[in-house]
Amino acid sequence: MTTLTDPPQESFKLSMLLNDSRYRSITMQVIALILLITAFWYLGSNLMANLRAQGLNISYEFLNSAAGYDINQTLIPYTSQSTNLQAALVGIINTLLVAFLACITATVFGVLAGVLRLSNNWLVRKLMSVYVEIFRNIPVLIWILIIYTVMTVSMPAPNAFRGETPTATMLFDAVAFTNRGVYIPAPIWGAGSMVVVATFFASLIGVFAYRRYATKLLFDTGRLLPMLWPSIAILIVPTVLMFFIMGSPIGLEYPALKGFNFRGGTQIGAPLIALWFALSIYTGAFIAENVRAGIMAVSRGQTEAASALGLRPGRVMNLVVLPQALRVIIPPLISQYLNITKNSSLAILVGYADITATLGGITLNQTGRAIECVLLLMLFYLIISLLISAVMNVYNNATRLKER
Amino acid sequence: MSDTHAKSVAFVRETTIPQSAPPMAASGPVLWMRTNLFATWSNTLLTIAALYVLYLVLTATMPWMLNGVWNTESLRACREVLDGTSGACFSVLTERWNQLLFGFTYPSELYWRPGLAFALLFVAAAPVLFFDLPRKLLFFTAIYPFLAYWLIWGGSVLYPLLALAGVVVGYLVYSKLVARNFAAGFFGGIAAAVAFIWIGGLLIPETASDNAMLEAVPSRDLGGFMLNMMLGVTCVSLSVPIGIALALGRQSDLPIVKMICVVFIEFIRGVPLITLLFVASVMLAYFFPPESTVDLFLRVVIMITMFSSAYIAEVIRGGLAALPKGQYEAGDSLGLDYPQKMRLIVLPQALKISIPGIVNIAVGLFKDTTLVSVISLFDIIGMIRGPILASTDWAGVYWELFMFAGALFFIVCYGISQYSQWLERRLATDHR
Repeated sequence: MTTLTDPPQESFKLSMLLNDSRYRSITMQVIALILLITAFWYLGSNLMANLRAQGLNISYEFLNSAAGYDINQTLIPYTSQSTNLQAALVGIINTLLVAFLACITATVFGVLAGVLRLSNNWLVRKLMSVYVEIFRNIPVLIWILIIYTVMTVSMPAPNAFRGETPTATMLFDAVAFTNRGVYIPAPIWGAGSMVVVATFFASLIGVFAYRRYATKLLFDTGRLLPMLWPSIAILIVPTVLMFFIMGSPIGLEYPALKGFNFRGGTQIGAPLIALWFALSIYTGAFIAENVRAGIMAVSRGQTEAASALGLRPGRVMNLVVLPQALRVIIPPLISQYLNITKNSSLAILVGYADITATLGGITLNQTGRAIECVLLLMLFYLIISLLISAVMNVYNNATRLKER
Repeated sequence: MSDTHAKSVAFVRETTIPQSAPPMAASGPVLWMRTNLFATWSNTLLTIAALYVLYLVLTATMPWMLNGVWNTESLRACREVLDGTSGACFSVLTERWNQLLFGFTYPSELYWRPGLAFALLFVAAAPVLFFDLPRKLLFFTAIYPFLAYWLIWGGSVLYPLLALAGVVVGYLVYSKLVARNFAAGFFGGIAAAVAFIWIGGLLIPETASDNAMLEAVPSRDLGGFMLNMMLGVTCVSLSVPIGIALALGRQSDLPIVKMICVVFIEFIRGVPLITLLFVASVMLAYFFPPESTVDLFLRVVIMITMFSSAYIAEVIRGGLAALPKGQYEAGDSLGLDYPQKMRLIVLPQALKISIPGIVNIAVGLFKDTTLVSVISLFDIIGMIRGPILASTDWAGVYWELFMFAGALFFIVCYGISQYSQWLERRLATDHR
């Protein structure tokens, strides 16, 4: 009978730090840490020496001093006497605005092109693949410049709309495309308009409540309520009724030619249009590929099985194909949204006042605070992308395949 | 048989009917059009809409392009030739051809040097891209970076030769030590190469470049599409090994190493490239020793390489994660240590899975090299927006120039993505 004994206790030798797998990982990490600290110390001491040599220091005081420059497109009150911090805020809001608009239109373009690439129609299929290939393989920078040139060079000047026989006309007498931007009617919020808006949101909640009730009824009793028409009715009818009860409080102010320029309405500057349209049509090509891949990822057997169960084509799409395709489509879609947000920093090229152009452009050049400005800029984009990644993780966890 | 039939039936065919062609409506182009273009009424509507769009696009562009003028000195001369008709002034391309490709300060008598480097790039890249070519060509690939550096920047031949010798020394040390321990060989090789180059650099006299065979050209003279190509090729080839290292670091069991890699990757992926280029242009100089002068090109290469290596690391991490766990366990059970397991079993398979992703990143990166025009480097976009459109001769020629730049990028990027699809089919070893 043998007895198990502990292996003989070796005394610790220095070579075991490299050769013994128990200690080697610790050795490696200590080396990595030392290298990292050395690198940071080296960079930091260089930074200190350089700043001292130039008589500079790191300080964020400049954020509170007057910016001293004008911004042509702002959503919040801003004058050239406002602080640099307010200029940065205007930039942040402008970044979010163009990113939000571009995300919506890029999704529309992308879904449309992606579905049409799978169409039975040969000509449409080919046209769509030409669209996707051309836009995916040419830098977004060139697209932004091209569309900006279209907006500023090819569009008529405001005085082309003047006179007995104008060379340019407004679309539906409401929208004017000029080389200074697009003028669209602006809504006027009269007394009582808040009630109408509140009614609209209430009916939005009502639609959700109705759909939940219908689903619950279906699961409990098997009775199927109509979905589409009641939803539309709940959404529209109360708002329209309230609109007329309150005496049409919301009106439209049309742009009109006064002097050398259009007055009234809302002006959307050419830089915003160029950036918005270029980002959406460029990213749309990528989204089209994601959509196509997602739809093709649902195997044909699923569609056939659903039809064999007696589902109608609309329900096959809604209940079987789309839920499975969306699981494939949504994660890359969200990272495309992230790309749009990051690519919106190219605004600096066409003079759209986003955060890169205000904080990283004019403020940086005027105050000379390069390090502070670039760090703040990076921080902003980092926060945005971490937020979007967090949303993506929540979604991925929610739709993960439930396996044993 | 036939006798009975001959009496009871009026007519019996005794030979088979020769095959006749299917009816027109069910064969050939008509059938193709009926199934592919006019299957249903909605399909027909789509076809008509698509034809109308095609008609609009073609009528708008074709006369303009076909009526193009190719040889005038300025926009005014071109407009005189066109005489009011619609037409493109492609003469801006022929007149500014060299500026578009090489920038406006690269010495014009030296254009053959980047041209030759570009042509040799294909020779150097061929054995990497196509495995069927003789492996001996890889020697040329190994020499190419030093040769291309010498051709483009010129100066003393001693510097690229020293760097090459340093790499050779590093390789010799590596092959000596790797038999015992991979880590020792790897780090020993790098240390030996760095030490050799550092000592050698002290020995080369300052005046070595004065009467060099090839005249020295400073980096600030580089420009045009050449700059885009150089940034793209350099940064992609540098970032693949760094990306592999980062991906392995992110997957490793060592918490500190893992944390460093995660923070680096997530930080780089979270910010737009343009902010990193701002770092290169206004901030990075603060982090170098006060007396050193690192030129803008090198600073941009550093930042773009960091940018793309973070993305490539994520792609390779995907490849590593896609590999079945059994492969890792098989490596362990064979008694391989970590470097052997990675080199012999895991990475060959993981890299194969990641090739399409890496190529996507490479295409994206090549397109993103146009961003350097924002920090006033004169790449092709910088050339168009700066010296060409601002000149009195060509102010106002937008479409021809943007079309040309777009076409160049399209050719390169579309070519790369076609190659990647070919490679995917070529590497597919599973039976489907």
